[in-house]
Amino acid sequence: MDSYAAQIVGILPEILLIVTAIFAILLDLLSKKEERSWVATISLVGFIGSGIVSVFLWNRVGFVFSGMVAADNFTAVFRILFCFIGAITVLVSPEYLRERKIRLGEYYPILLITVFAMMVMVSAADLLLFFLGLETMSIALYVLACLDRRDSRSTEAALKYFILGAFSTAFLLYGIALIYAQTGSTSYAEIMTALIVLPLEVVTVAGVGLLLIGFAFKVAAVPFHFWSPDVYQGAPTPITAFMSVGPKAAAFVALIRVFTISLESLADIWTGAVFVIAVLTMTLGNVVALRQQNIKRMLAYSSIAHAGYLLVGIVAGGPRAIAATSFYLVAYALMNLGAFTVAMLMNRRGEGDYQLDDYRGAGFAHPLLGVTMAIFMFSLAGIPPTAGFFGKLYLFSAAVEKGYILLVVIAVLNSAVAAYYYLRIIVLMYMTRAEHEMAAVPSFGGYTLTLVVTSVLVLLIGSLPGGLLNLLLAALP
Amino acid sequence: MSHLIFLIILFPLIGVITNTFFTRRWSEAAIGIFSSAMVGASFVLSVAAFISLLGMEASARHIEQVLFDWIRVGSFHAPAALLVDTLSCVMILTVSAVSFLIHIYSIGYMHGDTGFRRYFIFLNLFVFFMLLLVLGSNFLVMFIGWEGVGLCSYLLIGFWYTDEVKATAGKKAFIVNRIGDFGFMLAIFLIWTTFGTIQFDEIIPRMASFPIGSSVITAICLLLFVGAIGKSAQFPLYVWLPDAMAGPTPVSALIHAATMVTAGVYMVARSHFLYSMAPAALEVVAIVGAGTAIFAATIGLVQNDIKKVLAYSTVSQLGYMFLACGVGAYGVAIFHLMTHAFFKALLFLGSGSVIHGMSGEQDIRQMGGLKTKMPKTYWTFLVATLAIAGIPGFSGFFSKDEILWKTFEGHHYVLWVVGVVAAFFTAFYMFRLLYLTFHGKFRGSKSQEQHVHESPSSMTVPLIILAVLAAIGGYVGLPAALGGSNHFEHFLHPVFAGGHAHLLLGGAHHGVEPVEYIVMLISVIVALLGIWLARSGYFRMASWPGKLSKGMIYTTVLNKYYVDQIYDVGISRPTVKFSEIMAEWFDLGVIDGLVNGVAAFFNWVAGWLRRLQTGFVQNYAILMGAGIILVLASLFYKMFF
Repeated sequence: MDSYAAQIVGILPEILLIVTAIFAILLDLLSKKEERSWVATISLVGFIGSGIVSVFLWNRVGFVFSGMVAADNFTAVFRILFCFIGAITVLVSPEYLRERKIRLGEYYPILLITVFAMMVMVSAADLLLFFLGLETMSIALYVLACLDRRDSRSTEAALKYFILGAFSTAFLLYGIALIYAQTGSTSYAEIMTALIVLPLEVVTVAGVGLLLIGFAFKVAAVPFHFWSPDVYQGAPTPITAFMSVGPKAAAFVALIRVFTISLESLADIWTGAVFVIAVLTMTLGNVVALRQQNIKRMLAYSSIAHAGYLLVGIVAGGPRAIAATSFYLVAYALMNLGAFTVAMLMNRRGEGDYQLDDYRGAGFAHPLLGVTMAIFMFSLAGIPPTAGFFGKLYLFSAAVEKGYILLVVIAVLNSAVAAYYYLRIIVLMYMTRAEHEMAAVPSFGGYTLTLVVTSVLVLLIGSLPGGLLNLLLAALP
Repeated sequence: MSHLIFLIILFPLIGVITNTFFTRRWSEAAIGIFSSAMVGASFVLSVAAFISLLGMEASARHIEQVLFDWIRVGSFHAPAALLVDTLSCVMILTVSAVSFLIHIYSIGYMHGDTGFRRYFIFLNLFVFFMLLLVLGSNFLVMFIGWEGVGLCSYLLIGFWYTDEVKATAGKKAFIVNRIGDFGFMLAIFLIWTTFGTIQFDEIIPRMASFPIGSSVITAICLLLFVGAIGKSAQFPLYVWLPDAMAGPTPVSALIHAATMVTAGVYMVARSHFLYSMAPAALEVVAIVGAGTAIFAATIGLVQNDIKKVLAYSTVSQLGYMFLACGVGAYGVAIFHLMTHAFFKALLFLGSGSVIHGMSGEQDIRQMGGLKTKMPKTYWTFLVATLAIAGIPGFSGFFSKDEILWKTFEGHHYVLWVVGVVAAFFTAFYMFRLLYLTFHGKFRGSKSQEQHVHESPSSMTVPLIILAVLAAIGGYVGLPAALGGSNHFEHFLHPVFAGGHAHLLLGGAHHGVEPVEYIVMLISVIVALLGIWLARSGYFRMASWPGKLSKGMIYTTVLNKYYVDQIYDVGISRPTVKFSEIMAEWFDLGVIDGLVNGVAAFFNWVAGWLRRLQTGFVQNYAILMGAGIILVLASLFYKMFF
């Protein structure tokens, strides 16, 4: 990978997204009002194009730009996943924005930039590049969270997110600085070799600790999760759906690259803390989700709980656990996007505000919504034959192999608690009667497509999990 | 060909999907022809697979297609793979051919039924699972098919679910089968823990370290056989099959006679390499098989419902197949499985034609004289009856005689006597059925008599084709003693030779012994004796059947030895009673109390934890700060201690 052109090819998916974003901004500025709906289409094309390019880069490229960018297969998997998430978000957005009367041209370009930044995060092989990606993504997310300017909850949530985010970023950066001070490098590979040689110093440990805190905030792990329920509830729902799966996955991939690989030699030092954080995260997420009456908030806490399960994979470490964590990220993206889409559609009946009570009897009134929501809830609860079941199975069995029996026992007990609030929705949909006449759900092709694609994929991966797992095992960094 | 095997199971699946979603507005004929065509396509592909096997070296007849890597967890690995070897090839040919004919027949039989489309969805789904069962190259894929056909059987027995008796029959079949399935599951678990694989061809080399008669292999074989007993309706789990006659008659023909119920025989034959290592288990298989053969045959002697006679006959014939497996003659078992599929499907379809013509009447005491009114049905039925009775020249003779000969040859003389007596009963009850139904005077009501008619050609054409198969199907396995060269066994031989040849009697054995002719002669004499007795009792109307029916033995047999009642008093009722006690005391008191207690506890904790989320960013920052201190403290603790 010496030639300049070859290096450019390595980051072609990112370039495509940025070009699409710029093009979309210009189009929005220069075109007439009625032509602006093209922006969504252009963005969709951008995501699909970038995803296709990522597919073609499979097995083609390795490290480029002096080892700063890892354009490997592991990156490719997540580039494809992020493009998928982006495309789904674009599909479900136009109707929502029209209804909420959010007529902002920058919505789609910012979304494109966020996904671009997520790709930078996962392909980074250097702490500084990773940090740039992370900050680009975070700033874009602050903006997306408060796009609904007239909604005070939305702006309040975004402000909280910004303050706490800035707070945590400081720790992260400080951690990077300390590690650089000790190892003399910000490259993952060089840090790894340096740490094996160097004696253990207080500075290194402090750096690792601060880095861990920064990551814990980004993945909304307890006790750094406080922003997420408020932000998830306040943000426009398509953005909530996007945030709960995309940026979280990006942060986890970076966590895998930094902690389970680069800092592996210090695993004895940091696994204890991650262990405790994992237990707290899944337990708090699940227990508090039990009492939520608002579906967005319930899914926010559920999202916290799932981050707890994913941390089990980080604790376990090793190729199997990394593959299992990646598998879970894919499965979680599919089922959570689907669940949020149903929530969006249910709310379009114009009653209530994402209340669980809206789901009474909905299974029979809206067959497609009922069936797909049941699939997503079964998958989130980890019941076969869904993707969520195999995600948990692989994750937990990887941890058992490494001897973390206690952690897995706690995680399984947590899954049992979680089953309550997931299955409650199915009970509400199918075993209770609506208190009043159901209004029809105004539907739209993008929603239906999203529901069908995600639910079919959840079932497909749930019945034939081997293909995806083998793909991920082949893509390990 | 190896890349096309999946098409064999794909076509019925396409039928299921298309009929489920897209054919709501199609006419009956279109749905019926489309569904039949899908199965026909499977048949054509099966023939293609057969031809490509023939083109191979005899020892290399083995085509495997790995569709995808299905499950891989830890060291457990199950690929979704299909296997065509000579054994599964015979099975897919038989299954797809008989299924195709029965699909065609069903178009006429189910005409006008409100559930017409649903019926064909289930039927296609059944064919899909049945083919999956026989094509699976490991126990897990086989098990998926096994469970799938069980589901379809349940759905089709209770097809007319508004009739409570029929719905109950469906449930009975499902529950009894669960007992067997549980055994099968345990067997798979044990196979995996013992050999570390569930692939058929990977198990064989790993058996080398086990001695013959090893207890774990015997346990595996017995558990597998529990599964087979359930699915193939052997004693003591046969009780569901007679009740399963509640389903539409083509279903009885396809699922409960020709194909699904033979899955247990196929499974034992497929696991021959295990059974050959477990002589004790083989002994059990042989004894249960022979015992069931005669036990069910005696019940069949006195039944008056045309389908019930055939149902007990099926149970009895399946017993013969297990007897063959039990004496190590797996190839012969499969041979009888195939000929039985032809003549028993024909008998059921013929009975369906009779029931159709008799406006739903199933009691043979109300029939009689149908020979002239339904000639095509009569002549084809006669062919099948001759075949099952074991009259030389017809297919059943060759396969059944081969079983009895192998039993005799293996020095199982008691079992041989049992088999011969059962053959006598078989000839008797089948000809009793034939005479009562088709000969003599019409005994039904006036309106029935006016209405009797021959069935439409969509029903009679399959009958004629099956009659041809039932007549000549046996010649593929013409034994050396009769001047044939037994192509059938030679074809299957490579599969079964892989196991332990010393326990294997079939195939390689060529010498003709004079005693084989004597054994053959005895079978024929016994069959003719049975026919003669039936003729005296039910054609000439001698008085002895009437006298016999007053005796106690007759009553006991008529009530099927009271097995259903014994199960009811001994198993069903105590189970229900126990369940009631458990439901009231244990479930409501202990379990619910515990569950509700746990739920209340978490609810309480949740209410408390929720308060952490105050909404104030200052509070969040403080809690985060506490977290930061704890994380750093834990890291430093690890570093220094």
